Amino acid sequence: MNEDFKIEIVNPEKSFLVKEDVSEVIVPAFEGEMGILKDHIPIISFLKPGIIKILSKSGNESYYVEDGIIEFKNNNLSILTSTIFNLADIDKSKQQDLLKQAEEEGNKPEVNDQSKYLIDQKIDVLRSIN
Amino acid sequence: MASLDDLKKRIASVKSTQKITKAMKMVAAAKLRRAQESAEKGRPYSEKMNNIILNLSNGISDKENAPKLLSGTGEEKIHLCVVMTSDRGLCGGFNSNIIKKAKSHFAKILDERKELKIITVGSKGNDQLKRVYGDKIIENISFKESKNANYFDANKVGKIVIEKFEAGEFDVCTIFYNQFKNVITQIPQAQQIIPLNNVEDENSSDESYEFEPDEDEILNNLLPKNISTQIFKAMLENSASEQGSRMSAMDNATRNAGEMVDKLTIEYNRSRQAAITKELIEIISGAESL
Repeated sequence: MNEDFKIEIVNPEKSFLVKEDVSEVIVPAFEGEMGILKDHIPIISFLKPGIIKILSKSGNESYYVEDGIIEFKNNNLSILTSTIFNLADIDKSKQQDLLKQAEEEGNKPEVNDQSKYLIDQKIDVLRSIN
Repeated sequence: MASLDDLKKRIASVKSTQKITKAMKMVAAAKLRRAQESAEKGRPYSEKMNNIILNLSNGISDKENAPKLLSGTGEEKIHLCVVMTSDRGLCGGFNSNIIKKAKSHFAKILDERKELKIITVGSKGNDQLKRVYGDKIIENISFKESKNANYFDANKVGKIVIEKFEAGEFDVCTIFYNQFKNVITQIPQAQQIIPLNNVEDENSSDESYEFEPDEDEILNNLLPKNISTQIFKAMLENSASEQGSRMSAMDNATRNAGEMVDKLTIEYNRSRQAAITKELIEIISGAESL
């Protein structure tokens, strides 16, 4: 039986990625990582900084995201995000840049607890890659 | 009649103006293609965003306690208008059309004795509005340095709007921009973004979603993003419209300059012939009198 579903990742500038033959997607949902398989019930959730893993017949891919919303419906997974990078494209210097940015943001006096939590997450994730 | 020398100079000057307008037209055409492309690419995001919010607001159980960004403050006393224009001129009626639309909206608000606050995005709008509504403009934002419309800039505007909303500085927010239809047609738009006008859509599915975390939290997180997204969409439409409008304006200017050159050339030739005829008459009548 066919176990594939469709994934679509869009960011404000363009449609980032469309794939038809995805067997499983693991997303960093706000309340913990979530694996989505075919025929999952319709769900809306949002993301925290983390890694999206896409498992498909044509190869596995990983993307780093900073935020986003996911919607799953009729075997269509839409991910809306403003910041997304292919993990393969992040080299050492890029990683350092992002890390520095996040740390600066975290050191600002006006951050509230929730964004502080998100920034800490971001830093953890950035440290863990490579 | 102007002297031959003057006519020659005028022809040369019109011709060089024509060269400039022609170059501007071609630059605008190239930029238009890019702007149009990114406007089209940007559409799925804002459409999807709208869809999700629609599904969410349909599913929300407790309408009374819905987030204020969605349902409004319950009053309509203070209006905030975000007027989005370009930073550069020479683009035909592009800016004036937005301003005209905005001004008629302003007049309506003031007629109803409501308070009006204006944020201008882009320096051209500010220039035109500050004469009449100078005291109403509370902020002027300009992105002269950024080459293309980008989400980062839109987010900045969005943040300002949300901050002001949370501080209770206004009740209703409307954005003004030009929607790009094609090169010759751009439609000035007034779009209300706070509170969200709940569009009754027919194809809304009754499918129930699972929410993680709960609806309220998602809505609270999503609505500010939607503001930025809508502003970004307006910016993309605007930049495509600006280039389209400039292209057709410059096309007209080039054609007009061509007509002028033709007219001036005829005049130049006529006066040259007149001068020759006059000289001939003088020589002949001089010879006859001998």
